[in-house]
Parts: sequence; C-alpha cells; structure tokens
Amino acid sequence: MLGLGADRLRADMNRLLAFLFHQGILDEQFLQLQQLQDESSPNFVSEVVNIYFHESEKLLRNLRSLLMDREFSDYKKMRIHLNQLMGSSSSIGAKRVRNVCVAFRAASEQNNRAGCLRALEVLEHEYCFLKNKLHELFQIEQQRVLAAGVRYPMQN
Amino acid sequence: MSCSSGTGNFVKLSRLLGEIHKMSMNGKLSGPNCRLSANFRLKKAKETMHGSNSFRKWKRNLLFLWLLGFVFTGIIWFFLSFNSVASERNEKSPDSCEEKARILLQNFNVSKNQFHALASFFYESDQNISQRSALGVQSKDCCQNLSFCMVKGCLLLLVGVLLSCKIPGVCLKCWKNRKNEPVPLQPVAQQLQLLLQQKQQQQAQSSPKGAGKWRKKLLIVFVLLGMLTSFWLFWHLNQKIILRREETLANMCDERARMLQDQFNVSMNHVHALAILVSTFHHGKHPSAINQKTFGEYTERTAFERPLTSGVAYALKVLHSEREQFEKQHGWTIKKMETEDQTLVQDCLTENLDPAPVKDEYAPVIFSQETVSHIVSIDMMSGKEDRENILRARATGKGVLTSPFKLLKFNHLGVVLTFAVYNKDLHPDATPEQRTEATVGYLGASYDVPSLVEKLLQQLASNQTIVVNVYDTTNASAPISMYGTDVTDTGLLHVSSLDFGDPLRKHEMHCRFKQKPPLPWMAINASVGVLVITLLVGHIFHAAICRIAKVENDYREMMELKARAEAADVAKSQFLATVSHEIRTPMNGVLGMLKMLMDADLDAIQRDYAETAHNSGKDLISLINEVLDQAKIESGRLELEDVPFDLRSLLDNVLSLSSDKSNDKGIELAVYVSNRVPEVVVGDPGRFRQIITNLVGNSIKFTQDKGHIFVSVHLVDEVKGTFDVGDKVLQQGLNLVQDTSSKTYNTLSGFPVVERWRSWENFKILNDKDTMEDPEKIKLLVTVEDTGVGIRLDAQSRIFTPFVQADSSTSRHYGGTGIGLSISKHLVELMHGKIGFVSEPGIGSTFSFTGAFGKGEVSSPDAKWKQCDPVVPEFQGLRALIIDNRSIRAEVTRYHLRRLGISLDIASSMESACTYLSSTCGTSEFAHLAMILIDKDVWDQETVLHLRTLLKEHGQNGRLDVSTNLPKIFLLGTSMSPVERSKLKTAGFVDNVLMKPLRLSVLIACFQEALGNGRKDQVHRKKTSTLGSLLREKRILVVDDNKVNRRVAEGALKKYGAIVSCVERGQDALDKLKPPHDFDACFMDIQMPEMDGFEATRQIRSAETEVNKKLASGEASIEMYGNVSHWHVPILAMTADVIQATNEECLKFGMDDYVSKPFEEEQLYSAVARFFESG
Repeated sequence: MLGLGADRLRADMNRLLAFLFHQGILDEQFLQLQQLQDESSPNFVSEVVNIYFHESEKLLRNLRSLLMDREFSDYKKMRIHLNQLMGSSSSIGAKRVRNVCVAFRAASEQNNRAGCLRALEVLEHEYCFLKNKLHELFQIEQQRVLAAGVRYPMQN
Repeated sequence: MSCSSGTGNFVKLSRLLGEIHKMSMNGKLSGPNCRLSANFRLKKAKETMHGSNSFRKWKRNLLFLWLLGFVFTGIIWFFLSFNSVASERNEKSPDSCEEKARILLQNFNVSKNQFHALASFFYESDQNISQRSALGVQSKDCCQNLSFCMVKGCLLLLVGVLLSCKIPGVCLKCWKNRKNEPVPLQPVAQQLQLLLQQKQQQQAQSSPKGAGKWRKKLLIVFVLLGMLTSFWLFWHLNQKIILRREETLANMCDERARMLQDQFNVSMNHVHALAILVSTFHHGKHPSAINQKTFGEYTERTAFERPLTSGVAYALKVLHSEREQFEKQHGWTIKKMETEDQTLVQDCLTENLDPAPVKDEYAPVIFSQETVSHIVSIDMMSGKEDRENILRARATGKGVLTSPFKLLKFNHLGVVLTFAVYNKDLHPDATPEQRTEATVGYLGASYDVPSLVEKLLQQLASNQTIVVNVYDTTNASAPISMYGTDVTDTGLLHVSSLDFGDPLRKHEMHCRFKQKPPLPWMAINASVGVLVITLLVGHIFHAAICRIAKVENDYREMMELKARAEAADVAKSQFLATVSHEIRTPMNGVLGMLKMLMDADLDAIQRDYAETAHNSGKDLISLINEVLDQAKIESGRLELEDVPFDLRSLLDNVLSLSSDKSNDKGIELAVYVSNRVPEVVVGDPGRFRQIITNLVGNSIKFTQDKGHIFVSVHLVDEVKGTFDVGDKVLQQGLNLVQDTSSKTYNTLSGFPVVERWRSWENFKILNDKDTMEDPEKIKLLVTVEDTGVGIRLDAQSRIFTPFVQADSSTSRHYGGTGIGLSISKHLVELMHGKIGFVSEPGIGSTFSFTGAFGKGEVSSPDAKWKQCDPVVPEFQGLRALIIDNRSIRAEVTRYHLRRLGISLDIASSMESACTYLSSTCGTSEFAHLAMILIDKDVWDQETVLHLRTLLKEHGQNGRLDVSTNLPKIFLLGTSMSPVERSKLKTAGFVDNVLMKPLRLSVLIACFQEALGNGRKDQVHRKKTSTLGSLLREKRILVVDDNKVNRRVAEGALKKYGAIVSCVERGQDALDKLKPPHDFDACFMDIQMPEMDGFEATRQIRSAETEVNKKLASGEASIEMYGNVSHWHVPILAMTADVIQATNEECLKFGMDDYVSKPFEEEQLYSAVARFFESG
C-alpha cells in the first residue's frame, strides 16, 4: 500500500514537473540541480531553492522600494539587483523569472520607469507563481519521502 | 587638304572619348550575374555614386556631341572640297577666255592683209574647237571631282558610324577584362540587401528617363540641323548652277558680239580702202582709170574680202550746176530713189524711175558692183537715210552707218556704210566745211545684217543653245531689231554692246538660252542624299536610344527583381533558420521529457511507446536539421570540421541504423572498405555520415523486397590504376564479368546491377592523372549500389535539384522531401569531391562520390575506436571458413573478419568445405580454425550435420577437447524471424545466427558469446568517475556574491568529491588565497559588487608574483610558504554569458579558464582536467 502511494505521488510530481517544463517556468538546470542531490546532501534542492526564495524576496523588496521612490534615479543599483536575481534564477533554472528579468533590465537600461514598473509587476507575479509551484513540488516530495521511506527522486 | 591632320585629331579625340567611355561603362553595365562582383561594385558605387552618375551622363553626351561634330565636320569638309573644285574651275575659265581674247585681238590687229585675216579666222575657229574640247574636259573633271567628293563624304560618314559603334564594343571588352579581376569579398546577405536597397534608391534618384529625353531632344536637333543643311546645300548648289549659266551666257554673248564687231570692222576697213582706190584711180587720173566695168570687176573679185556686204557702189557728187553736163556725159538722167515701193525693188527698173527733182546737189551712182547694178544713176541724196548718211560721212571723213532699213531690191534689213571720197588728202583735224569742200564722191556699201549674223553664228560653237538678237539702239526708247526673231523670255538675258565704228550709232546684242534652265539635278541629288543620310543616321540613333532606354528599363527592372529575389532568398533562409530554431526548442523539451519518461519505471510496452516517440522526435529533429543545412548551404555558411574518425565504425553505425528497414524489406545490406583505406581519416564525420545515410536511405526507399544495397569505399588511386586491381570487390565493379548463360550475376545478391564504374567515369579527379597529389590528403571513392527501381532517364538530370524528386508521384509512393540528394551534392562539393550516378530503370542505381580527407593517426583519441580496441586482440590469429556461393559476399565477410584479425578461407559450397576440412585435417590450420560461417543461400541441414560429424571426427583425431575447442558454426542470414533463429539454435545445427548487415560490434558480441570467453562490456560512463577522481579531495574555493549560485556550485563540486569553501566577496577571496594557502583551485564569479572577479584575480596574481619573487631571490624560505616553490592557484571564471570577448578578457586578467554558469559536466571536466590531470 505504501509503495503504491509513493508511486502515485511520484507520478504527481513528474506531472507537475512536466507542466512546469512545458510552461517554460523551469528548464534543464533544475534537473541538473536535482541530479546534484544525493545521499550526502539529501535536501540539496530544497535548500538551494529556499535560499533562492529568501534572496529573491529581499531583492524584490529592494527593487520595489527603489522604484516607488519619488526621486528615483538609481538605475544602476537596480541593474545590480536585477543581475543578482537573474544569476540566481538561472542557477535554479527558473526560466520565466529570468526572462522577465532580462526584459526588466532592458527597460532599466532605457531608463524607462513605466516599463520598469510594468516589468516589476510581471516579475512579482511570476515569482509568486514559481514559489507556489515549487512549494507544491516540495510538498509532494516530502509526502513521497515519508511514504517511501528513504528514496530519492532521480536515480544517479 | 587638311584631311589627314583632321583625322589625326579625330583619332585622338576618339581615343580620349574611348577611355572616358570605358570608365563610364564600368559604372554602368556591370554584370548582374555575379553576386560577388555586384557586391563589390555596389560598394564602389556607394562611394562614388553621385559623382559617377553625373560624370556618366556627361560622358554619354560628349560621345553624342562628338558624333554630331564628326558628321558635320565630314559634311563641311566635303563641301569645302567641292567648292574648291568649283572655284578652281571658275578661275580657269576666265583665264582661258582672257587668253583667247588676247590672241584674237592680236590677230585682228595684225590682220591688215586679207590672208592674215583669213588665217586668223581659221585659227580662231580652231581655237574655238580646242576650247570647246577643253571645256568638255574641264566639265568632266569637275564631275569626277564632285563624285569623288560625294564618295569621300559617304565614306567619312560610314567611318564615323562604324567608329561610334566600335568604341562601345571595345570599351565593353576592356571593361570585361577589368571585371574578370578577382574580387575576394564574401557576400553577407543582409549587407547585400542593404546595399541593393541603397543602389535602388540612388538609381531612382538618377532618373535615367531625363537622360533619355535629353538624348531625344538632341536627336531632334540633329535631324533638324541635317534638314537645314540639306536645304542650304540645295540653295547653295542651285545658286552655283545659275551663276555658272549666267557666266556661260555672258561669255558666249560677248564672244559673238566681239566677233561680229571685228568682222564688221574688217569689212569697213576694206570699204575704206575701196574709197581710197576710187579717189586715187578715178579722180586722181585723167582720164579716169576706172569705169563701170573695171569697178564692177574689181569689186566682184574682191567681194570675198567683204563677206558682210551685199554690194558696193560709188556715187559722184554733182552740183545742180553741173547736172546737165553730167547727164550729157553719161547719157542718162539722174533718177530719184523710190522710197515708197522699196519692197518691190527688183521689179522696178531704173528706166521706170522718175528723174530726180531739182536740188542743190546730187549723188548719182556711177559705179556699182554687179549685185547692185540696179542703183546706177539713182541719186543717193534723194533717199532720206542715204542723204543724212552722205552728209554725215563727208563731214566726218569716217565711215557712217545708216539705221537699219529694208534694202533696195533685197527684202532684208540692212545698213548702208558710207565713206566720203575726197579729192585731196585732208588733215585729220580738218573742219567739216573743208571736208565738204573737198568731197568729190561717196562710196557706199550695204550690209545685210541678218545674213551677216547668220554666217557668223554658224561658225561658232553651241549656236543651237542660244538665241541672238541684234538691235540698233541709237534711239534708246525704240530699238530697231536688226536680226533675230522675237523669242519668248527664258529668264536669262545678256546684253553686249557692239561698236561698228560709228560713234553716233549704238548697237546691242541680246543673247538668250533657247531652252529654259533644266532642273538642278545635282543639287537635288546632293541635298536629298544628305537628307536621306541624316534621316538614316537619325533613325539609327533613334533606334539606339530606344534600345538604350529599353535596356536601361529592363536593367532597372531586373535589378529590382534581383533585389526582390535576393531579399526573398534571405527572408527564406532566415525564416527557415528561425522556424527550425523555434521548432527545435520545443522539440528539445519534448525529447527531454521523453527521456525523463524513459528513465521512469515503465513497463515494456510503455517504454516501447516512449522510445518510439523519442525516435520519431529525433527523426523530426534530423529533418529540421536537414532543412537548416540546406538553408545554411544556400547561404554559404556551412563549414566542415576536421576531426579524426574511424571510417569503418562510422559505416557500421550507418548500416546499423538502416538495418531495421532493410531487414524488414529483406534486402541485403553490406559494407566493404578497401584495406588500403587508412583506419582513421580526418574530415567531418557528421557530414560524411549524412551523405552515406542519405544515399543508403534513398537506396532502401527505392529498393523493393529483393536484391541488395552495397556500400564500398576505395581509394581513388585504386580506381585510377585499372590494370593491377588487387581488390576483388573493385574488380567486380570494374568489369562485371558474367556469362549471361548462368542466370545469376556475380553480385552481392545475385541480381543484376548497373555498371558501377560508369557512375564515376566523369569525375575529373579520376581522369586527371597528372594532378599534384597532396601527400597528406587521401581521396576516397564511395559507391552505393542498389538493385532498386532506378531513375527514369528523363528525370536523371534534375535529381540533384533541391525539393525535386525524380517523379512527382515519388513523394506519394516513397515519401521524403527530395532535399537529401541536393544536400549531399553540396556536402560532397564542400569536401572537394564530386558526386555522380548511373541508373537504369528496373535494374538499379549506383551513386558514387569522392571526397578529400586527411590521413589520420591511428593513435588518435577516438572514443568509439577505443571502445572496440581491447576486444580485438582476443580474436587475433584465429582462422575461419566461410561457405558462400557468391565471391563478393564472401569478400565482404572477409573484410569484416579481417578487422578482428581473423583470417578467412572461402569455400563456394558445402561440398568443397567438406573436402577442405578433410584436406586440412591435422594441420595447424585446422587447430586454429575457430569458426565456420555458412551463408543462408547454401544452407542445407543434412550437409551441416555431416559437417558437424566430420568436425567431431577430426577433432578427436587431433585430440582436441571436443566440447570447447571445436569450430563453432554460424549461419549468416539476411531476414529471419527470431523464432526461426531460436529453432535453429536449439536444434543444435548452429551455435548462433548472425544477422546481416555484419557489424563489428555484433560480430564481437556474437563471437565472444559463442567462444565462451565473453566479458561484460564495462567501457561506458567512465567520465563521471573520471571527474570524480579528478576533483576528489581537492580543496576548492568558490567566490560568488549570489547565495544561490554559491550553493549550487558548492553542491555540484561536492558531488565530485571536492572539498568546497565559499566566500561572498572578492575581498574575502583575497584573504583566503593569500599565500600560503591550501586551495587547489578557485572558481570566481565575474560580476560581483565592490570588487569584481577580474579585479580580485588581478590582486591575487600580483600577490602571488610578489611571493614568487621573494622565493626566487631567497628572501623567504620555501618552508614559510608551505613548501611550494611557485605559487599559482588556478582561477576559473564563472560567467553566465560565454562569449569570446569574455573569454579573452578572462585570460587577460590572469584567469586560467572559464566555465559557464550553471555548471555543465563536460565543460567542467575539460576545464578542470587541464589543471589536475598532471598532478
């Protein structure tokens, strides 16, 4: 019985992953990340992703405050934030977030405040979406781990 | 004439123009055929477009002007020469006239005596004749000159036209020569397009229509000028003709007048002489020596001297007082002249006349010439005219003329000349009274003017052409006609005055041409000629202009179309590239997910489905790649790589891919590589494989359930030397020797094939025996032979065209896009080779291609090659026997076994195999015989059983371990179901069944299994462990400001067993990496706040060099720095965007290499391997 549940959960997880890939939310980098997870670091992916969430939220906050500022002119700082966010996003394979970051950066390079604001909205939306989905994924995985004892998703 | 210098100038001018023209042509007509040159030209044109445009126009106009100038100069020259001839003539004629006059005058002045006069007369007439002939000659000359000039003019025009035609031709040639210079520029499609657009715009700006209009205007002006010239010419020539006519008339008239005058004068002189004679012999003698008889005789005999007089008479001056005495003396009375009936003079006899009335004095005629004897005794004073005449004559002492009147007796107009006879010599200044006093008589002579003139005119030339009238114009208001009839006015009239020696009387001669002047044909001809020439030239130029305009129009249209076509081409390529790329991206997703799916726990069927989907996806990707290849080839961007590869294993791979399909169809598939082909060649394996796959794929597609597909590879050199072909397969290919009586052919499957050699007979590389061979290069000849449906003859010419198949129905039957052969052709051409084929419908096709490859080192690191390497030695030295009835097939098997080091004997049938076995029994050969391969075609269960027992016997004889060391028996089959195979195996007939196509890996696996010393293949996935071993226990510092990245990098590196430390900032890295430290490597992010990767690296390097300096100089001991003599920690940059510039920058700042973020295993391995492999 337990084994069956684990399989179902695993199928769910695969379906969810497939969906995320199909929508272009994640790319191969996430798979690579998963491959890095092994016995020596059983929670590697979730650890990294959590760091990512933490960092990104900070960065998003900073971006929003920068943009909300009335005498806003510090595009350079904004670009640094964006580069950071972009780097970490590509590291975990968050493709859509990264693409939005690229657009955001392009807008900031043109000192286009309206464009920046729009991009920020989209970015926040994408970020939330990604966060929700990944949370869901990890939840399933936790359930699966609980269900299957010590088994890890990808075979090495 | 200055003609030669003129033409010299023309030549110079034309040369100059020719050069200019050349340049202009350069700009204008460059070929739209060659894209390279077009590109080059466009660049040039871009630079000098505006300048050259106007320049070009100007030059064209100049050419036109030159032509016009040429034509006009020619015309003018022609007329000048014509005029000069005419003036020459004009000059001549007055000259000759003057001369003539002089001679005449001289002659007449001298001719006091008659003979002289006569002689001169004859001379004159002679002269006349000679003149006449001279005139004729002159006019002939003139005509010749004229025609010569015409011819010259026409020639000139012709030369001009020809030159103007030639020059562009010459220019074109020159220009072509120039064009042929190599233009080494690579066309970049977009640039080209841009340039084309620019060019188009500029063309539009230059508006060639304006130029055309301008040219047309010029042409109209030219034609108008030509017409004006012709009119002027007509007028000019006509004037000339009229003038000449007038001159002729004047000349003739003057001539006649002078002659008339001279003759008259001669006669007058004679009459004068007669008067003196009378005075001397009649009055000076007593008695008189003259009576009527002597006078009459004398005058009669000297009448020839006075050809113009009709008669002479002498009248005595008789006063009234002396009348009676006189009458008595002569015996007749003085009679009165009857003026009233002068018309009937002849009838009136002297006797009938009345006696003269009483007057003061009388002048009765006493002597007279016989012709006028009827006037004897008539008183001359009684006639009014005569009386006046007599009075005037005796007063002046000179000859006096009457006005013309009808002569007595003659019904003619005439004048009477009267001389007075004096009784003494008078002083020339004597007064009229003295003269009257001295007068004793009067001598009169009547001149018959009409006959006089008539006679005169008859002696002159061309008396037919002119009409002469002579008038007495003493009374200017009423001239009296003395000669000639009234003629109608014919336009021209010349009047010459006549002087007959009587100052009171005035006479004139009026001359007219009899006919009206003829039409001036010459002028008409000349002007019409010029007009026609002008119109013709105009027409030619008009046609040329139209043509130019048309060509220009066409050219522009073509350029536009070309631009559009090229733009479309570029767009197509871009579209293809984009679309292919866009398709590939999601396809990669699909393939990735399928791969994942296959990794998941699936049952067999699900896995099969997934694999099928995966394979289809791969096929789709390869198709897309093909399309992309075509696009790339079309834009010339495809480049071949040069890597060493094993040709044989590559062919094995290709065959294994195709084997499924061929087995399904029951087609035999075989590959053969000549043993002279090196094991490893350098080239582009991917592209080579693509060509072979294409050809084999086509062959499979078009071969139906029978026959074979045979791929063979030879060196080109092998084919060249056809006389000593050692290779049996090639022999078979070259001379397909088969006797038609035996129904099978010596081919792989026994089906007939086309003559293979014909597919490569056109290759230059083969026929060219003298080509310098690059020793580093080898040329391969690959042939793919099949027994398919063949290609229809009419379709054979177009099968290499992209997207064209031999038959439009082909795609319906066999599928495919028809792109494969086109790509193959391009690829072969990129390999400096050629592709050709020969095909016969119903028999099959053979495709051949050549390609140049480099010779590879056998030890080249090629993974696939090495993979098989350890397996091969265990078969080395073994022997095998193949039983096959087809030698070619046996050769193919031999080739495969030779690769494993197994030597092969061939037996053509089971029986011969048995005899072979018995003959070799007991020898070492038999000891080494490890396997017997039997082809399916000769398979026979009984014989096999027989063979087995035979083997067993021999084995026991040879004391071999029967169970293990007996030769194994394999069956070679093309298409057999698994059931069949297992049945044969379990029945113990054979040890195993080998499925064709033979492949090295299959052979190895099969033999290993059969020979019992099979090992598990453990040669894959070494790399992971390699990377792990490389990085194991290495201390690595990761510098990245991004927490996530840091964590990921750490995780990745830890996975390979590295000990990883992380720092967040460049400054921290500096502290950590300050020597001495124990890090083996450092991964450094480039983009970091505060201190970026480059800066950090720079500082680390500078710190290291400082330490190294200290160490080198001995300032610091090695122990202080951890026993390391030279500090240099490998620093690898981590960067998200890997582009060349970044790479170079990395190296510039002292980094050792770079890896892209996120980590990729391969790249990481190759980067890290550099540093840790040696250590």
